[in-house]
Amino acid sequence: MTTSRPGPNEAAEAIERAFHEAYGSVLATLIRFLGGDFDAAEEALADAFATALETWPRDGIPAVPAAWLTTAARNRALDRIRRDRRQAEKLVLLEREQAGREVTTMQLGTEGGIDDDRLRLIFTCCHPALPLDARVALTLRTLGGLTTPEIARAFLLPEATLAQRLVRAKRKIREARIPYRVPLGEELPARLDSVLATLYLVFNEGYLASGGEAAVRHELCAEAIRLATLVADLMAERPEAHGLLALLLLQDSRHDARLAADGSIALLEDQDRAMWDGAEIRRGLEALDRGFDAAARPSHASVGRYLLQASIAAEHARTIDGRPTDWRAIATLYEALARIDPSPVVELNRAVALSLAEGPEAGLHLLDGLAARGELAEYHLLPAARADMLRRVGRFPEAAVEYRRALSLADNDAERRFLRRRLAEIAG
Amino acid sequence: MRYMLLIYGEETQPDGASGDGGDSPEISPPWMEYTTWLLDQGIHSGGERLATSGSATTVRVRDGNRLITDGPYAETKEALGGYYIIECENLDGALEAAARCPAAAGGSIEIRPIIGMPVPETVRADRTAG
Repeated sequence: MTTSRPGPNEAAEAIERAFHEAYGSVLATLIRFLGGDFDAAEEALADAFATALETWPRDGIPAVPAAWLTTAARNRALDRIRRDRRQAEKLVLLEREQAGREVTTMQLGTEGGIDDDRLRLIFTCCHPALPLDARVALTLRTLGGLTTPEIARAFLLPEATLAQRLVRAKRKIREARIPYRVPLGEELPARLDSVLATLYLVFNEGYLASGGEAAVRHELCAEAIRLATLVADLMAERPEAHGLLALLLLQDSRHDARLAADGSIALLEDQDRAMWDGAEIRRGLEALDRGFDAAARPSHASVGRYLLQASIAAEHARTIDGRPTDWRAIATLYEALARIDPSPVVELNRAVALSLAEGPEAGLHLLDGLAARGELAEYHLLPAARADMLRRVGRFPEAAVEYRRALSLADNDAERRFLRRRLAEIAG
Repeated sequence: MRYMLLIYGEETQPDGASGDGGDSPEISPPWMEYTTWLLDQGIHSGGERLATSGSATTVRVRDGNRLITDGPYAETKEALGGYYIIECENLDGALEAAARCPAAAGGSIEIRPIIGMPVPETVRADRTAG
């Protein structure tokens, strides 16, 4: 089970690695074992890590650290329960259950059981009975194994605020008895949607946020992709699970190319294709294919918004080989998206795609409609898009007015730099 | 686990929470059906309809003084019209039951876990003796 006595730093590194790689899955298993008690599971796991700090340097690093930690934490949790007389009844139940289903090291080492626990935990953490900000925090804390200070840094929140958010969420899970299970039948589509929306929010927080530390933010993107991969693997028959994974991979593939040398936002068409991650694009396109395969099966006929958004991202990604962007295809995809998930932002994007497929006039026509309805009045990208189309038809004075409006609404430094550059171009 | 379903609806609305024709003792078919469903599922553990909020009186004691006012402080159009107590394994079960309540369409159902409040032993003994 264990290797020979490790060097002084080796054990510490192994513990560090186990924390990052296995925290979420071990915690998920413990929460199931403890009947949904998050706090007891977290305490027991913290105990197990403390024990590891003592014993691994002395006795060697276990062959399967996750299994060792699960066993150690489970034993600590049982000790605690035994000590607590009020919990006596619970212990009887747990031990009876244990007798029927002894968790062996072998079982813990296999992926299946642990992954099922993680999937259950995702559905608990993303339960619609919890507020969205709490779902995000809880998912990152329990499944991502991010520490409370790390999450607070990523969201630019005081640590105390985030800690309180987590405490409240866990209390609600306990008191309202939010179940620890994967929902079945009719419930599943809406509940899966809640999971996917939470993961997308985690990703976007990492991808789009203007503040915070870059490293921590990228950790959010990576974590969202890890969890989306897990959900897509375990719910392979759900098209939207693949759709979200494809969307995240395709967006993330352009992560390094998004900013121009001066720190301003680089438009997709101006981005250096060499900085796109080709391997990630391939994985994204594969996920997209799996999503459409799943949607083609009679039982899940619907193509949802994530598959459509991923299809749009895929059209952009395909230009990695230098071919021109198929704006007509993109405009059609936005039209389909507007049908199932209508929103002014989708309309704005459709206008931009149309302006590139058919000319700026077609786009302006749609944008005038949006403006007339008073929609997106506070959203800087509407005047920014109008400004761009007006510039392309040579209506510079009107374009300048719109660039200035966009500048007054944008709060992201990179975007402001881009708008200023364009304004200078038409003024000069 | 017991949950209370607090039923809110517009009081003027015929199928609202206390709906089915104001304070008449008749129960409209959808509510009858719903109560029957809860009973069939074996999760019904109580429930009452309340008279409309026009009949409500609120009392507060401040510095030993009884302050009595008409009605509740209802800022919204939706008023508490009744409740059910149901027995479900977890929140998902309670959500399923609440979503079927006639007032869920149009009104809203607040689901609250019941912690319970045991009657002290001495009181119970006295009552049985008397």
